[in-house]
Amino acid sequence: MSPSGWFPSLLFPDGRAAAPEPVSPEAGFFRDLHLDRIVASATAGRGRYELDAWFRIPLRDPDSVAYRQEVVGDLEREELRASIEAFAASLREMHERLEGAAELAWAHAARRRFVEAARLYCDAAESLRDDLARLEPGSRGLRAFAERLGSYVSSAGYATLASEASEILMELSEIRYRVLIRGDRVTVFPDEGGQDYTGVVEDTFAKFRGDGDEAFRPERPEPPGMNHVTGRILDGVARLGPGPFARLKAFREEHASFPDPGILRFEREVQFYLAWLDHIGPFRSSGLAFCRPRVSPPPGEVSSTASFDLALAERLRGREGEIVPNDFRLAGPERCLVVTGPNQGGKTTLARTFGQLHYLAALGLPVPGREARLATFDRLCTHFERREEVENLRGRLKDSLVRIRRILSGATPESVVILNEPFASTTLEDALALGRRVMEELRRSGAAVVWVTFLTELAGFDEGTVSMVALVDPEDPAVRTFRIERREAEGLAHAAALARKHGVTYERLKERLPA
Amino acid sequence: MRPHLLHRRRDLELERDLPPRASDVRADLELDAVVAAMADGDSFLSDVALRVLLAEPPDAETVRHRQGILQDGLAHPAAIREMYALAVEAVESRREHWWGMSSRHPSGLLHGAVSLLEALFGTLRKVRNLADDHAGDLTSAGLSRLVATLEAELSDDYLARVERELDRLSFGGGIELGARLGPGNEGVDYVLRAPREGGPGWKEWLFGGRPEGYAFEIDDEDLAGARILSDLRALGLYDAAVAVGRAARHVLGFFRALRGELGFYVGCINLRDALDAAGAPVCIPEAEERGSPTLAYRQLRDVSLALTRGAGVIGNDLEVARVRLGVVTGANEGGKSTFLRSLGLAHLMMGAGMFVAAESFRAGLPAGVFTHFAREEDAGMERGHFDEELARLSAIVDALEPGALILLNESFGSTNEREGSEIAAQVVRALHESGMRTFFVTHLYAFARHAFEDPPAGTLFLRAQREPDGTRTFRIVPGEPLETSFAQDVYREVFGGAAASATDG
Repeated sequence: MSPSGWFPSLLFPDGRAAAPEPVSPEAGFFRDLHLDRIVASATAGRGRYELDAWFRIPLRDPDSVAYRQEVVGDLEREELRASIEAFAASLREMHERLEGAAELAWAHAARRRFVEAARLYCDAAESLRDDLARLEPGSRGLRAFAERLGSYVSSAGYATLASEASEILMELSEIRYRVLIRGDRVTVFPDEGGQDYTGVVEDTFAKFRGDGDEAFRPERPEPPGMNHVTGRILDGVARLGPGPFARLKAFREEHASFPDPGILRFEREVQFYLAWLDHIGPFRSSGLAFCRPRVSPPPGEVSSTASFDLALAERLRGREGEIVPNDFRLAGPERCLVVTGPNQGGKTTLARTFGQLHYLAALGLPVPGREARLATFDRLCTHFERREEVENLRGRLKDSLVRIRRILSGATPESVVILNEPFASTTLEDALALGRRVMEELRRSGAAVVWVTFLTELAGFDEGTVSMVALVDPEDPAVRTFRIERREAEGLAHAAALARKHGVTYERLKERLPA
Repeated sequence: MRPHLLHRRRDLELERDLPPRASDVRADLELDAVVAAMADGDSFLSDVALRVLLAEPPDAETVRHRQGILQDGLAHPAAIREMYALAVEAVESRREHWWGMSSRHPSGLLHGAVSLLEALFGTLRKVRNLADDHAGDLTSAGLSRLVATLEAELSDDYLARVERELDRLSFGGGIELGARLGPGNEGVDYVLRAPREGGPGWKEWLFGGRPEGYAFEIDDEDLAGARILSDLRALGLYDAAVAVGRAARHVLGFFRALRGELGFYVGCINLRDALDAAGAPVCIPEAEERGSPTLAYRQLRDVSLALTRGAGVIGNDLEVARVRLGVVTGANEGGKSTFLRSLGLAHLMMGAGMFVAAESFRAGLPAGVFTHFAREEDAGMERGHFDEELARLSAIVDALEPGALILLNESFGSTNEREGSEIAAQVVRALHESGMRTFFVTHLYAFARHAFEDPPAGTLFLRAQREPDGTRTFRIVPGEPLETSFAQDVYREVFGGAAASATDG
């Protein structure tokens, strides 16, 4: 059969058979940004397609991203999607038959399953070819595949496979035989046709038919399937008329590896898209927006409207109303979002969202949000507090700094860095000093940064930093809105409001305490 | 195929509930005595008799259908009794084969059904022969149709064919199934082929004419294999087993119906014999359309009294009249209750298609017979006596259809005469206007007198006859209501001498 290089890849535009090394599932950023949870959810139930690795290969160039986005566009058309789902279902059945063919102990039964698999395969391929011709996909990926599929189905090799499979199945379906069961003895004869004896019996007693007869219907027994008795009966049938069974054997030998590897690869690759679209479908139905982002080479404008943390949305399934979408933007000289505000206000969530959007965009898939502009990246680095590490504070700080140094040493203008409260376990003075030094380095590197911190001073570091603040309800500072906006860092403003609320500002205390 | 001896186009349904108020009617008209005479010790006959008597009355054509069969039966009782006995024999034979019939496995079911059918067809043949023997005697539409059906459907050829088929259905020579190859080359579309043994060309086939076959055997110890073979057999036999099972049930159903319906006529014959022995007359009544107010009888008697006292029982007479309301007054123990019962029973028996204990009887078919008889005051009753009476009446009213016959015996007597009369007047008027036929035995003089002065259309006043010297004749004859009910006479009889003061009516 044709080499799989014949069939283009649906995932990689240059048709590479081998893809780059996937990111390790243990990679820090992958877990910190909860991408591991997202991917696990999206690929659930599709283990047979082994999609996991592809979800761990972010693309580096915008054209590859565009290649995939075009396919997404095609698959968001209902009819095209339905046609491909049907194709996938047929191939699943084909695999089932092939497994049967491999496992069954009775040769004639196994070989029949094999031919049935072949017929299913041919029907699926021809249907898909017809549908793709009729529905005219727009993506480069699907168009190239459709063209190749057309040639494949018209090829001589395929024609032989398809017609032989049909003929054999037809021949087998025309066989009629008789089984005589007498005590323990079973005899297989050719069938000369003749009456259904049940008809004769019913006829004899026809005059005794009456109302209420339909009510008397004991359970019909199950067919016995393939076993050592029916297997021998089948052997008997084969001996009576060996022709079709010999052809069955020949077919199995001649077409032993009939599914074209390129088609099998398509079957797998298309699931990458289907899994994602099925995963985000329910979120879309409950009103959360997804979009195909505009992806350009870094460094470039980065922005998003109404985006959200997809792993959080998954956790809040059923309570989608509680999700608060947010916007972010880095334009012109801006390269660093400094996010401050009260605890549990949604800052870390925003940081994750920033990271997830970049990563998912690099997979060529639709991302959360109404619209987005993102850049590809050479590396995605995160620093989130790790609870499970060194217990003592000094050890923790050292550990933290080691990680930051590693990040800084590799950061380029094409990198994305996400820091989440990196100096939480030191004194304010130290944290500020360290923070300034690290910020200097980061600014020099030119990477795109999101830094969640309590160090409001960093928010105004230079023209490259943008201050974003997690808002609280003006009426009641204890209430978080989960909205994060660009504005001046408030420093202690929110703490003061809280103190007023509880009557523990100085003035109030003086009023309340005995003189 | 069904006997249809009670209804022209359907079976007698023995399992259905009795109509509402049936148990009251049974008690008040003392049906048990009648039923006992019909049953003559057979509890099945007693059940059938009760059900037919108490069932919703059929239409006039059905009554005539039954009367015809009854006349044949009365003229040729032996034929009916013999056929009934065969029906009983058939139904009993089910007991031996029921285990197979209720089997879940097609093989067991087939086996049970075949052996049951063999037994039933044996009896069918006897029934047909019996019918043949008596074909000339049985002239009623119902019975001659049954005879013709039996002759047509159970010809000798057919019976032979059935015998042959039942024999082949034991599959002594093994089971042969035709099949195709389905998915995975598993056998599908199993079709049962006719068994060869005993069939045409069997010997030739057995001894050499067989086409080339491939044979193998299951090991003795191969239990799984044996089970698989049994499953294959079951699969192949399934449809045939269902067909034979249904046939067996239906033939059994035929015999059940025959037993029930003939049982009724056997009961009638028994009752006629008993009444004959007691010297009481019977006649086939003239049944008019439902709701007709016609009433006429000669020597009408109460059946249970006739059975016990025989010829000594008084019969009542009435010239043809249109009666929608009958008011019966008169002396205590003058035969009023007995009369009411005899009237009720006569209507009930006429409605069932039976004869009536009289020399002649003519009336409209009732749309149901209902009784409202005074009950003993019961200390343990939750309700007051009058309350209970009225509740019972209300329940009857729920069940009434126009043309129904209602027998009121001393109703509303549990309150004072003024109240009782007032209520009685309203009830009776309402019933009359709704097309019911009412007979009221009563001591409520005010009511009776008022009704006499201004009677509704079709009212008949009857009185327990009394000789001038006070003796009762136990006859109920036309007469206007009189004030006293001759309690004086009874008092004299019991205590000797006149009462010290007039007693209340």
